[in-house]
Amino acid sequence: MSANMVALAYLVASVFFILALKGLSSPESARRGNVFGMLGMLIAVATTMTLTENWLLIIGCIAIGAVIGTIIAKRVQMTAMPELVAFMHSLVGLAAVFIAIAAVNNPVSFGLPAVLPAGSKLELFLGTFIGAMTWSGSVIAFLKLSGRMSGTPVVFTGQHLLNLLLAIVMIGFGLWFFFSDTTNWTAFIAMTAIAFLLGFLIIIPIGGADMPVVISMLNSYSGWAAAGIGFSLGNPMLIIAGSLVGSSGAILSYIMCKAMNRPFLSVILGGFGSDGGASIADDGTQKTYRSGSAEDAAFLMGNADSVVIIPGYGLAVARAQHAVKELAEMLHEKGVNVRFAIHPVAGRMPGHMNVLLAEAEIPYEQVLEMEEINSDFSNTDVVLVLGANDVVNPAANVPGSPIYGMPILEAHKARTVMVVKRSMGVGYAGLDNDLFYMDKTMMIFGDAKKVVEHMVKAI
Amino acid sequence: MIGDIDPLIINLTIFVLAIFVGYHVVWNVTPALHTPLMSVTNAISSIIIVGAMLAAGPADTDWGVWLGAVAVTLAAVNVFGGFLVSQRMLEMFKKKDKKGSA
Repeated sequence: MSANMVALAYLVASVFFILALKGLSSPESARRGNVFGMLGMLIAVATTMTLTENWLLIIGCIAIGAVIGTIIAKRVQMTAMPELVAFMHSLVGLAAVFIAIAAVNNPVSFGLPAVLPAGSKLELFLGTFIGAMTWSGSVIAFLKLSGRMSGTPVVFTGQHLLNLLLAIVMIGFGLWFFFSDTTNWTAFIAMTAIAFLLGFLIIIPIGGADMPVVISMLNSYSGWAAAGIGFSLGNPMLIIAGSLVGSSGAILSYIMCKAMNRPFLSVILGGFGSDGGASIADDGTQKTYRSGSAEDAAFLMGNADSVVIIPGYGLAVARAQHAVKELAEMLHEKGVNVRFAIHPVAGRMPGHMNVLLAEAEIPYEQVLEMEEINSDFSNTDVVLVLGANDVVNPAANVPGSPIYGMPILEAHKARTVMVVKRSMGVGYAGLDNDLFYMDKTMMIFGDAKKVVEHMVKAI
Repeated sequence: MIGDIDPLIINLTIFVLAIFVGYHVVWNVTPALHTPLMSVTNAISSIIIVGAMLAAGPADTDWGVWLGAVAVTLAAVNVFGGFLVSQRMLEMFKKKDKKGSA
């Protein structure tokens, strides 16, 4: 294939990638969009094949990857999507680092001059350090999301200073690599090692409920890493695909931060809820709450006209989505208007709750976004909060509260509120939730799935 | 005149324009599909498999080729895992769709 033909094929692939994202504007066109994405990838890989000589090796590697990838995609639980996405980001990051190392080792195979020009070195530096940070950051995110590592922020004094120093040292090694006449492996390897360490250090102070931001940010990084490699190889397709992914992740991070009313920088610097969180709750008085049984709750919901269910991370942990679907169906049969209200940061990744409810085959007309449902709460008989906490905390309306200004689902405006929770423990923000102590609120303690199953039996 | 321009500038042009395209396309994605958006974009970012294939490409095999081969495998896991899991998720939105309109 001539270089022009290759470039044209890459252009077609790039257009397919844009169409893939465009398809996601509605559930109807989304599957076709995904197929466009696959086609783009197929064209890109088939075209690149003509530029290589080790067909057997490459096809063998793709086959191994295909088997592993397919098994993972078929077997993964929908509740485990956040950790799967984090895991896959880490693969992109690591692959980017390996490619950059291979390019430094043998620039000619990438169509670069045998002695790397300064511009290529800079691009390789960018691709490597973004890739390395994506890898180690995603590994930590994966460990936290899958519960293999505690979700509580790891904070120590001088943390930010240490990160800053490391970043400066890393850039120093980068400059050394940049200005060396021959291939300076010492500088390159030292720089890569520090980038790995930085990715690790940057993610450890960020706690569980901030994960939607982290995972979007790593999504963005993995795109920029691909774009960086695209610059080094002078490959516009990689640049286009990488920028699409990079801007997508950046927009998702922005949406998530806005939904928590927190500046991006404060999320990234981490340690939320570790200081000053208890100030509002600690007024010395012992507040009382009312607790009830699943049967009481079922009775109230069965006699209501309208019920709004607010799912949170607790639903995912308990894998209660199928039980909830049964509950919604039974209430529906009794003539109750059942709807679901989703807060943008509910769960551990953007859209996490939507996917779980979709898995349970809950019709998406019943699933509403925060802006769509908030004005309806005052006309709602019963709100059932399932494993959510901070997103329904009225403290968000109280000036001086750590979560002041965060948009919340206004569950407190409903006539009756029922909260299914494992204990009276505080949510991620470390705040007591006044909603739980309201006269119209009934607390039902237990595992979300078991409680909902009891409700289904009682109706 | 175009021949005098540093390829870096041309790539930069593509880069900036692609970010604009990404920005506009992604804001149109419905929030309900944000998780599939992440898995689709993740699958697309495994386009670096192209770079990995070039690294694994030369016939005179040295350690760089093996490194490239490992990168091809990692990226291939991502290509297949990413697109297939997205398809699986989007199928679930389809089932609901049929039920809802019926």
